[in-house]
Amino acid sequence: MLKPTNFLTKLYSIKDGHTLAVYEREARGYEAARKVLTSMSREEVVDQAKKANVRGRGGAGFPMGIKWSFMRPHATKPAYLVLNADEGEPGTHKDRTLMELNPHSVVEGCIIGCYGIGAHVAYIYVRDELHLSKARLEGAIQEARAKGYLGARPFGKDYPVEVHVHTGAGAYICGEETSLLNSLEGRRGEPRLKPPFPAQVGAFGCPTTVNNLETIGVVPTVMLLGGEEFSKLSALHAIGDGGVRLYGVNGHVKKPCVVELAVGPTLRELIYDVGGGVLGDKPLWAIIPGGSSTPVLRADELVSAPDEKSPLHPYDGKSILDVPLGVDTARGLGTMLGTCCITVMAEGTSPVAAMHNLMQFYRHESCGQCTPCREGSAWLFRICDKLMEGTATMEELDTLHSVANNIMGNTICAFGEGTAMPALGFLKKFRKDFEAYVRDPARGRKASLVVEGHGFSSSADGQTTV
Amino acid sequence: MPFQLTPDREPKLTDLLGRYPTKMAACIPLLHLCQEQHGWVAPEVVEFVAARLELPLAHVQGVVTFYTLFNQKPVGKHQVWVCRTLPCALRGAGELLHHCEKRLGIHAGETTPDGKITLRTAECLASCGTAPMIQVDKDYFENLTPEKVDGILDGLKR
Repeated sequence: MLKPTNFLTKLYSIKDGHTLAVYEREARGYEAARKVLTSMSREEVVDQAKKANVRGRGGAGFPMGIKWSFMRPHATKPAYLVLNADEGEPGTHKDRTLMELNPHSVVEGCIIGCYGIGAHVAYIYVRDELHLSKARLEGAIQEARAKGYLGARPFGKDYPVEVHVHTGAGAYICGEETSLLNSLEGRRGEPRLKPPFPAQVGAFGCPTTVNNLETIGVVPTVMLLGGEEFSKLSALHAIGDGGVRLYGVNGHVKKPCVVELAVGPTLRELIYDVGGGVLGDKPLWAIIPGGSSTPVLRADELVSAPDEKSPLHPYDGKSILDVPLGVDTARGLGTMLGTCCITVMAEGTSPVAAMHNLMQFYRHESCGQCTPCREGSAWLFRICDKLMEGTATMEELDTLHSVANNIMGNTICAFGEGTAMPALGFLKKFRKDFEAYVRDPARGRKASLVVEGHGFSSSADGQTTV
Repeated sequence: MPFQLTPDREPKLTDLLGRYPTKMAACIPLLHLCQEQHGWVAPEVVEFVAARLELPLAHVQGVVTFYTLFNQKPVGKHQVWVCRTLPCALRGAGELLHHCEKRLGIHAGETTPDGKITLRTAECLASCGTAPMIQVDKDYFENLTPEKVDGILDGLKR
């Protein structure tokens, strides 16, 4: 059942919600940081973080508390907290709302996070295009510093904390954590080999925790409610996926938006209750559940989970649209929850055009370090291009398959999988369509991505705000 | 002529250097600062950044060529970025791009003859819930209609 909450989004609709005064007045601002720094030990903070079952909001879904517990004090080196706000995964538009409309929750989360992992400096890595987000974060940092919440003695505690905004320069790959660290250090944003993991050798060669921005933004709520209480808000508390998170809905829906919900809404609820249904009341065709790297789902798929131990077993045989969406349930469906922003596509959308569009993205954004990814992403795009032009052959559909399979597992970072998985997803689930494009060369020129009557030239004013 | 930061930008560089344990970390923010002043990252800008941060020229050049937002040649006074990636494309970004090309009389990647506007395509700008959209210099324009786009582009031509 849909359970809307407003721990993070309450300020979205309040005038000047991004300012310190409103944050303190309306959202119990900085109460959590004060409580943590004046009455809790570092171990207690990590313990609460673990109990909260916050699964990382950046895409991989790694439990935040466990990541924090990897941080060990180093004899000579400082530790760093780094926030990943390089939001650029196609279909993802949630972190930006938090930075623009509730930046103080992020700054407060940084204070608590730094204390929890033993760091004194946090860097928020924001993609450069988000100028308003950067300005709002900088403004929040300045206000918090002026109040003494950041600086030498936050809340009277001898535990200095500083927060800085760092900007990228237009590279999707810098959302990968080790690439982000290289970029933070002033290098080309090429991913590093792991191990060593950032908790051992991260920013500037020092122990570092890299968390998604929303992950840290929700930390004050965790500390105010208590870890377990926070986790219990979720419909999936029992399988270790706790609390509330931001869900985005975009694509062919009537009301695209970002909302805060208790973890565990179904796709049907997100599309029809939150998103207002499919544009033009068309039948639903497919969904990309959490950013373009997560494999596409067909609307007519059914859950197959005969194993009683599977978290999906209660939904065996039912529509995938009725499964509560969490990190592990999405994985059970053969896809990923990713960034939790769903892209909805109506019947009539061309799977070939959709894949063509995405492969153009991956070809552009591959950093070029690993050959399978650099060459493979371009090859995938070229074949899609031929499909659209009507010059592809049946053999080339198999080539698509083998190129994608040869990227998987053969690259330094997960960008390779992020390219290959959606490609294989589209190919596997819409193979007949792909074959039809080979048989009928005119088809590519007629392929459409928009719902008739709802494209750009027929668009009307007065849509959503976030 | 060697590149120099304007006096009002020098304190920003000092502030930047105070944020990081290494000088190298200021490389990307300093390049932004220089590009904001100069419009693009000219060879003399690369030399300036390398000298000020005590980095090899090749390092700075390597950084410049890696990131999309560093202009390696002069661009128009205004930059119009049309997001072309899937969520925007599902809401008509393809048509939006054609509309801009027609209105400006140039193709994506080109600059208008008067040097005022460079039109470019962007990969996902994190604005999927308000598609289709364009970025003009530092500002986002979302939920676009043909009328809105015409108003924005005409405003830039003046």
